[in-house]
This record gives sequence, C-alpha cells and structure tokens, in this order.
Amino acid sequence: MDLQGFGHLLLAGAWMTVKLALASLCVGLVFGLIGASAKLSRFGIARWLGMLYTTFVRGIPELLLVLTIYFGGSMLLMGIGGWFGYDQYIEVNAFVAGVAALSIAFGAYATEVFRAAIQELPKGQWESAYALGMTRGKTFFRIILPQVWRLALPGLGNLFQVLLKDTALVSVVGLDDLMRQAYVASGYTKEPFTFYMAAAFIYLGLTIIATTITMLLERASNPVTRGARA
Amino acid sequence: MSWDWSIIWQYLPRLLDGALLTLELVAISGLIGFALAVPLALLRVSSNPWVRALPFAYIFFFRGTPLLVQIFLIYYGASQFEAIKQSVLWNVLSQPYWCAIIAFSMNTAAYSAELIRGAIQAIPRGELEAAEALGMSRPLQVRRIVLPRAFGIVLPAYGNELILMLKGSSLASTITLLDLTGMARTIIARTYTPLEIFFAAGMIYLLISACFIGGFRLLERRLNRYQHYRHHIAHEMTDIDPRLQD
Repeated sequence: MDLQGFGHLLLAGAWMTVKLALASLCVGLVFGLIGASAKLSRFGIARWLGMLYTTFVRGIPELLLVLTIYFGGSMLLMGIGGWFGYDQYIEVNAFVAGVAALSIAFGAYATEVFRAAIQELPKGQWESAYALGMTRGKTFFRIILPQVWRLALPGLGNLFQVLLKDTALVSVVGLDDLMRQAYVASGYTKEPFTFYMAAAFIYLGLTIIATTITMLLERASNPVTRGARA
Repeated sequence: MSWDWSIIWQYLPRLLDGALLTLELVAISGLIGFALAVPLALLRVSSNPWVRALPFAYIFFFRGTPLLVQIFLIYYGASQFEAIKQSVLWNVLSQPYWCAIIAFSMNTAAYSAELIRGAIQAIPRGELEAAEALGMSRPLQVRRIVLPRAFGIVLPAYGNELILMLKGSSLASTITLLDLTGMARTIIARTYTPLEIFFAAGMIYLLISACFIGGFRLLERRLNRYQHYRHHIAHEMTDIDPRLQD
C-alpha cells in the first residue's frame, strides 16, 4: 500500500487504533464485571450505583465522554494538584483519556451483557457450591465466571465491534490514530476522498478480523463445536 | 477547582438552542433513513442472490466503518472531485448541515434495514401462508401483512437505534455544526469550564433519551395492541366471574 507515500502513515495509525481498542477492551471488561457484580449485589446502594452508571453512560454520546475526560480531566487533576500545592498545568494524555472514555462506555454496555449471562446460569450452581462450603466470592470466580464467558461472548463480540469504531472519536482530541492520519494525509495531498476511503477499508478489515476472532472464540468455548465428548 | 452552577444557568438557553438542532438532525435523518431502510430490507430478503448482493454490500460498509469516517468522506471527500464542485450537487455538499444529514441518514438506513430484515424474517410463516391462502398478491401481502407486522416487531429495537442515532448526532460538531455538543464546545472555548458545561449537555442528552424511551413505549402499546388484548379480555372476565381470577 503506497498511497503517494502515505501508506505507512495510515498503517501506523491503524496500529494505534488497534492498541487503543485492545487497551479499552481490557479495562472495559473489568468495568463490566464490577458493574454486573454491583447490579446483582445484595446491597441496595451497590445496585443503585450500578444502575446510575449504566443509565448515565448509555444515555450520553461517546464523543461527549471523550471530550469531558480529555478537557475536564486536566481541570480535575489540576484542581486536585492545587490542593497539594502543585500549580503547574497538567495535560491529560490523549491515549489515556481515550482508553478511559472508551472503557467506561464499553463497561456500561458490558455490565448488561454480564448481568444477563450471570442470571442465565441456574441457581442450582450457586446452591451446590454453597453446599460444598464455598464462599460467595470463591463461587463467583471458580464456578460462575468460567461459565459466564461462554454465554457473554456473542454480546461482547458485538460490543467490541462498536468499540473498534468508536476509537475514531479519539482522533478529535488529537490522538494519532487511523482517522487522524487520514486527516493529515488528506491535508497534504488534497485528496480527502482517497484517504478517508482507504481508512474506511482498513476499519472494515479490522472489523472482519474482530468478527472472525469472536467466532473462533465462540467455537472454542462451546464443548459441542470444539468436538469434546460429554 | 470550583464548581460553578451559575455558568450552567447562564448558558442554558444557548445549550437548548443546540439541543434543538440536535433534535432537528435526528428527526430529519431518522425519517430519510427509515424511508431508505424499508426498500433496502425488502431487497435484502429477496430470493434472488443478485438482488440481495447490493443492499448487503451497502449495509456491510455502513455498519463496518465508523460514522466519523462516513461524515468526513462526504463533507471533505466530495471536494476532491472537480465534477461535483461544478455541478448543482455542490450547493448541498458544501454545507455541513446537509452533509451531516446525508451521512446520518445513510448510516441509520443501514442499521435499520438490518433490524427490519430481522423482523420480516421473524413473522410467523403461518401468517404469510394464510395471506397466500386468501389469494393476496405479493405486493398486497407486503403492504397489508409483512410491513405492518414487521413494524410492530421491530419497534423496541428501533427505539434503541434512535437513541444510538441521537448519540451519533454529536459528531455533527466535528464539521462545525452547533448542535448540542458543538454548542457546548463553543461555550467552553470561551469560558473554560468544561466540567460544568459538558455535564449540563450530558444531562440534556439523557433527558432527550428518556423522552424517546417513553414515546416508544406508548407507540409499542399502540402497534402491538394485540398483545394487550387478551389481558383486557381476561380482566373483563374476572369482573364477571371472580373464580377466573388468577
């Protein structure tokens, strides 16, 4: 891929996009698990916080979230720094702000996927673990979570595709991702259509790879398609 | 750091102006998108693979790429071609407002078409066979049975799509439009109070989503009223005979 010498720039941008998406996925999965645990908690206050998290985050645009964390984050950090007597300007790194915003958004949707998957497991699983003398925490990590992955995988795969496309939003705050590099290249060459189209096809390629990996994971997590015997 | 409520109240009217543009963008592109989605979905379920191929490619492209790319492709991309710049099309494509509408409409058309396709395929076969048995022609079946049933089935999912569209409309701010997000960014550039103003904008977005959800619940009761019909009868019967309660 040459594209008047800008091909390598686009590929570098695509690599940044992949890193951003994978980092946000890892952090977002943790948020999702915490959110689902909160929503299924015995404590009313945790359920209420979980509800607040999913309602707020799913109702506001991801772009607004990115902008708030990028611009508001430095205000917030400077405010906290001010209490400790540090009065220099603090800038939030675009990558960190991007990971924070995208994982918060991903986590809110993942909360619902995990919650549904946990609830789908028969209650008997909890009861038999209790009968064996396991604590609730141990039951969750040893019995419930391994089974939840399989049930949650299709939903999480869809969410990852949404996440992959949402990474483009972080270019708005100046991260050198695929979208940003296409913008730079089209500024030099005056051929915006060519470069945005190239970027679009790279995104399509990434989506196809993500779908394929999800499919393989789904197959691997299901004993029937994996060919295991009962 | 201090939190300043007065700045929110001071700029609330401007934010509401922005919200109005956001609603306008969502409403217009929602209507155009839905009008495009219906034929796309009907072609997508065709038994002829050649007819299916085109809507499939369209839907695949628009669902597989970020909305931001699509907006930039239309807004910045169109200027690359001298032929477009010389034609009457340029009157439309040189305006960010219309570029946003075109991008949003085409994007939501792809997502909605896929939802409607799912709904069409979810219609019980017996209903189509019954229509066939009554001697209805294909176009009549589509008009009287397939589409009305599909709309009822698709409604809850379409409500979600509309909320995703509302959130996507914030991207209009990247091509200079002063929608709710764009307005918030302009205000912040002047006042430098990102936390307060973005918080206020977020609350307005939440409020609009809540209205959408409420509106769709009402519409769903109306379009799927056959589902509530039995309850209604059951209630009347329990009024007559207390033994039928439970």
